[in-house]
Amino acid sequence: MFILKHKSLITAIGGILIVSAFIIKWTTGDETLFAWLMATASVSGVLPIAIQAYQALRVKVVSIDVLVTMAVIGAFVIRNFEESAIVTFLFLFGAYLEQRTLSKTRSAIKELTEMAPESALKQMDDGDFVEVDVDEVDVGDILLVKTGAKVPVDGTVISGEGSVNESAVTGESIPVAKEKGSKVFAGTILDNGTIQIVAERVGEDTTYGKIIELVEEAQDSKSAAERFIDRFSKYYTPTVLVLALTIWLIRRDIELAITILVLGCPGALVIGVPVSNVAGIGNGARNGVLLKGSEVIRELSRLDTIVFDKTGTLTAGKPSVAEKLYYGSYTSEALEYLASVERESDHPLAKAVLDEIGERAVYPVEGTEVIKGEGIIAYVRGRRVVVGNIALMEREQVLLNDAVRADATRLEGNGNSLVFTAVDGELMILMGIRDQIRPGVKEGLSRLRKLGIKNLIMLSGDNQGTVDIVSRELGLTEAHGNMLPEDKSAYIKKLIDEGRIVAFVGDGVNDSPSLALANIGIAMGGGTDVAIETSDVVLMNSDFGRLPHALGLAKATTRNMMQNIVIAVGVVLMLMAGLIFSEWVNMSIGMLVHEGSILAVILNGMRLLRYRLR
Amino acid sequence: MKSATIQLETLTCPSCMMKIEGALIGLNGVEGDTVKVLFNSSKAKLEFDEEKITLAEIEAAITRLGFSVVKSTVR
Repeated sequence: MFILKHKSLITAIGGILIVSAFIIKWTTGDETLFAWLMATASVSGVLPIAIQAYQALRVKVVSIDVLVTMAVIGAFVIRNFEESAIVTFLFLFGAYLEQRTLSKTRSAIKELTEMAPESALKQMDDGDFVEVDVDEVDVGDILLVKTGAKVPVDGTVISGEGSVNESAVTGESIPVAKEKGSKVFAGTILDNGTIQIVAERVGEDTTYGKIIELVEEAQDSKSAAERFIDRFSKYYTPTVLVLALTIWLIRRDIELAITILVLGCPGALVIGVPVSNVAGIGNGARNGVLLKGSEVIRELSRLDTIVFDKTGTLTAGKPSVAEKLYYGSYTSEALEYLASVERESDHPLAKAVLDEIGERAVYPVEGTEVIKGEGIIAYVRGRRVVVGNIALMEREQVLLNDAVRADATRLEGNGNSLVFTAVDGELMILMGIRDQIRPGVKEGLSRLRKLGIKNLIMLSGDNQGTVDIVSRELGLTEAHGNMLPEDKSAYIKKLIDEGRIVAFVGDGVNDSPSLALANIGIAMGGGTDVAIETSDVVLMNSDFGRLPHALGLAKATTRNMMQNIVIAVGVVLMLMAGLIFSEWVNMSIGMLVHEGSILAVILNGMRLLRYRLR
Repeated sequence: MKSATIQLETLTCPSCMMKIEGALIGLNGVEGDTVKVLFNSSKAKLEFDEEKITLAEIEAAITRLGFSVVKSTVR
């Protein structure tokens, strides 16, 4: 519709008319022209508002436009053109500013949706690749992805190779190598190379599509408090209308009645809470923290207990070499012999050893003898190499002096499995291997404590000894081993029954009962479906460091909401008091303060976009 | 039955949302329970019977209210 499309133009014309009216009044004192200009400004200004009001009434909604339109008509009736012009101008200008600032608070999420792929190179029946809209890609289509392009859908590489930046899905910007058979995800970018893929999931079914949908639904999901405000404002506006009419009928005071109409606009209260919400969720989305809605934010901010799964959450989930000690005189050769022997083994500890040694010269291995539960004996370049635990060393009569035994006891005490390497009966190397604590976990936990989390609890399926060692190193409040998934969820239920607000942090695969049962389920997921669906909060790329950010953000968002409610209610109370006890409140001032408070809550909400955990 | 996602211009007032919701629910051929207008992402989601109403007619109902439609997808 023409008038609605050109609202900003009408606003500008209204502003110019009002300013020129005042200039004429002060310079020439021409009251008639002044009144005419103001009346014109009122009429042009009220048109879009009245149209919106009519449309709202048609679908049985008493909107704020209805209140303003009636107020302006009332002002017209008592020939107060100055007030009616200023009120319409302020209302339109306020709406314009709100639109501008609101789109800023939503920008974080918009960035996310704009990163979605738009086109794809699809293989047609004649074998050529043609550029099509991404909506036209179906499951099973073969697509070509060139360097610099976005992968349009989730699929599998069928030919070619390249490296892909998966930050859109995992939050991790280090490129990942892809070759035939690798999975690729929509929204990720092919940094170099060319690949052909077969489409497996398209549109909203892709991991990226799900992330966007989740974030979009999250920012519009409403907490109980918001639903209350919604219901409240639904009846609030008609109530204001009735109140104003009653006052007019009883007191015969149009001035007072229309002032009440303007003061009664519920703007800041209705918009304050959603604005904090959307800015908070937007900040999270930018920082790899997906928060599923405002109820989640509220619960998260009240958290006092966090329960962690051990493996994959606090520890890396696979063994690696924590410490290595050299005893012999030719370390370098010994490492080469060790690598040569371990290369032939598929034992998990062997893999950890090889990862640690890295690239080295390797030699042919002869006469390999595997001793189950103890280690390997083999010949490399004619030397007898023995790799294994302390029992094997003793049986092979390798000399272990007091210093070595002390080292071994210490390493074992720290939870390591020991791998000794002896060459020709002489001990060369001792390695301590364990499932190590992930980088950033220690710092993360201490930040969580600072944010007011009283209980940090670890539950694990591992034996109590291993669990105690990790717990001691991290300084946890409690740690329990030998727990099956159902024991974990029972334990969480017990904590909730004790009245604690509990979050469970897990990898989202085998712990879904616990994720669902806890007040807040936090999944450390590299964007996996299960994690996205069963949890309340998803930490992208399984990055532990994002957990304190999520918690701090939730607290900041909740504070921000409270501030906005205080601003909104405070302004209404102040205006009402001003109306009853003094003379300074009139229609224009009411509108100015009202629009001002709306902008104040939006700007306050925008601060959340810049939130960072200190 | 088809489901449509309609991207609208930026919505600024919660009452706009109620207006659009009210208008869409009133359309013949649109499943009333499925209508959902998302305020922050400025999207309308709904299911409709393609034999009773077309997407163009649904979009027209929204534009009549003075809101512009940016993009729609139907599945």
